[in-house]
Amino acid sequence: MNDLDLLTAITVFVLSVLVGIEVISKVPATLHTPLMSGSNSVHGIVVVGAMLIAAESHTWLGYVLAFVAMVFGAMNVVGGYVVTDRMLEMFKARPAAEKKTSGTQEKAEV
Amino acid sequence: MDTVSNAVHYVFLGAAACFVIGLHLMNHPRTARRGNTLSAFAMAVAIGATVWLVADEGTISGTGWLVLGTGGLVGAALGLWAAREVRMTAMPQLVSLFNAVGGGAAALIAVNDLLQADDAAALGARVSVPGALDIVIGAVTFSGSLIAAGKLQGIVSGAPVVFPGARLLNVLLPASFVAGTVWLVLAPDSRTALYGLTAVALLFGVTMVLPIGGADMPVVIALLNAFTGSAVAMAGFVLDETALIIAGMLVSASGGILTKLMADAMNRSIANVVIGGFGTGDGAPAATGAGGAAQVRPVSADDVAIQLAYASKVVFVPGYGLAAAQAQHELGDLAKLLTAHGIDVSYAVHPVAGRMPGHMNVLLAEANVPYTQLKEMDEANPQFPQADVALVVGANDVTNPIARRPGNAISGMPILDVDKAKSVVVIKRSMGHGYAGIDNELYTDPKTGMFFTDAKKGLSELKAAVAEFVG
Repeated sequence: MNDLDLLTAITVFVLSVLVGIEVISKVPATLHTPLMSGSNSVHGIVVVGAMLIAAESHTWLGYVLAFVAMVFGAMNVVGGYVVTDRMLEMFKARPAAEKKTSGTQEKAEV
Repeated sequence: MDTVSNAVHYVFLGAAACFVIGLHLMNHPRTARRGNTLSAFAMAVAIGATVWLVADEGTISGTGWLVLGTGGLVGAALGLWAAREVRMTAMPQLVSLFNAVGGGAAALIAVNDLLQADDAAALGARVSVPGALDIVIGAVTFSGSLIAAGKLQGIVSGAPVVFPGARLLNVLLPASFVAGTVWLVLAPDSRTALYGLTAVALLFGVTMVLPIGGADMPVVIALLNAFTGSAVAMAGFVLDETALIIAGMLVSASGGILTKLMADAMNRSIANVVIGGFGTGDGAPAATGAGGAAQVRPVSADDVAIQLAYASKVVFVPGYGLAAAQAQHELGDLAKLLTAHGIDVSYAVHPVAGRMPGHMNVLLAEANVPYTQLKEMDEANPQFPQADVALVVGANDVTNPIARRPGNAISGMPILDVDKAKSVVVIKRSMGHGYAGIDNELYTDPKTGMFFTDAKKGLSELKAAVAEFVG
């Protein structure tokens, strides 16, 4: 692990919030659910922390905690990305299909 | 810092940049999926780099590798299974569950870190402050999200659960966890403080979410999402990992913004939601269209207006088509006109999340639809038989009676009993299919009139026509 001083860490913290607000406030309401699910998978980075504690654990209690943290973190990462992808896939397919149908319908009606 | 550690931190930096770009790509449906893929790729690389770092540092024991490997595999398998198997209707629960495990993992990291400390001096405020915060936020998120998921799943009552003494408990608990946090910060090596604080925080998560009603769940989930992000960022402080701080705060910002947006759109303050105690209606319907050769009965705006104007009870069924056409304001205006004329109007909102759990409520709330007119499916269904007209706007699969029969794509899916209304009008642009891609029997029902038009245009026409009838 690196020797991060507190001031740097706080700087990173504050800048991340600002970047987050900037980036996310541009996401349209229609994408809010995938956004939430997608950002959910980003916090799955916690699995990296779980791996680091697994590396430092040398007691049975430490191992148990690290194991549970690993399960949680890995579940968060894998599940989060897969489900977001599933959602976005459906989301992408819909409007195209609908346009096509309504297009033909309009022609037929005329 | 040795070379490997340096290299890994550059990888982390790159990953953090990809997370930002990935989230940025979410601002358009066309690029969103690419963004998610980029983010997932960055995550995979970061995890790979961590394995390298762990191996390089060499402090890990054989058991440690076993824990890391099996834990990772078990978690990944569970996550994959849940993500693949989850029905889109259960999306909010899953998001909530992932919030829970994320927050839980973050809290465990801090617990582990503090447990390894032999004396307070070795830790200092640099670790004890974020450590204590991590435990508090992480544990509250963990238990709170589980309760939220349980409510959405129907395991825990979706209605606000208020038990005697709850309010008192909700004052005592925060007070004791503030005290516990201070204690742990001052004495990070105290096991009593550590376990006590963890227990109190877990309990607080439960008592915080229990009294919140189903309709407020989207707000709660967004809020818990923000909490999880903060917990992960705190874990980043504890472990000295900038990647965790950046990723955590990105999520926290996103959760925070969504919380605010949802609360605003529902005309509720976040505090109001968290204090809880009311709200039951929730959900969002899906889809447009039916098709096929069966006979349908097309109707005009005037036909529909007459029916509406002489009805005493009208139930609106808003769906994907309404959301897609952004016609919620027109629907709200039509409802206001009818209400002013003494007609009982309600909205039957299906809990299906075609793409946006809770989105429909927000859309209707944005159009100033009174909260009380929004009916959850269980509440709305008994009302259909008394309804003179059920006006379906762009909802398809959620109104398809075929779901009651086995052997088709939507079998067993709970639906709105629109077909039980005395008469039904469906506003649709075409006979296109819904998500399930099957014909909707409702459309060929003799009592159903099909009003083929764009939802927005159609509702405006209806409003004008009704206004003429009711003067």
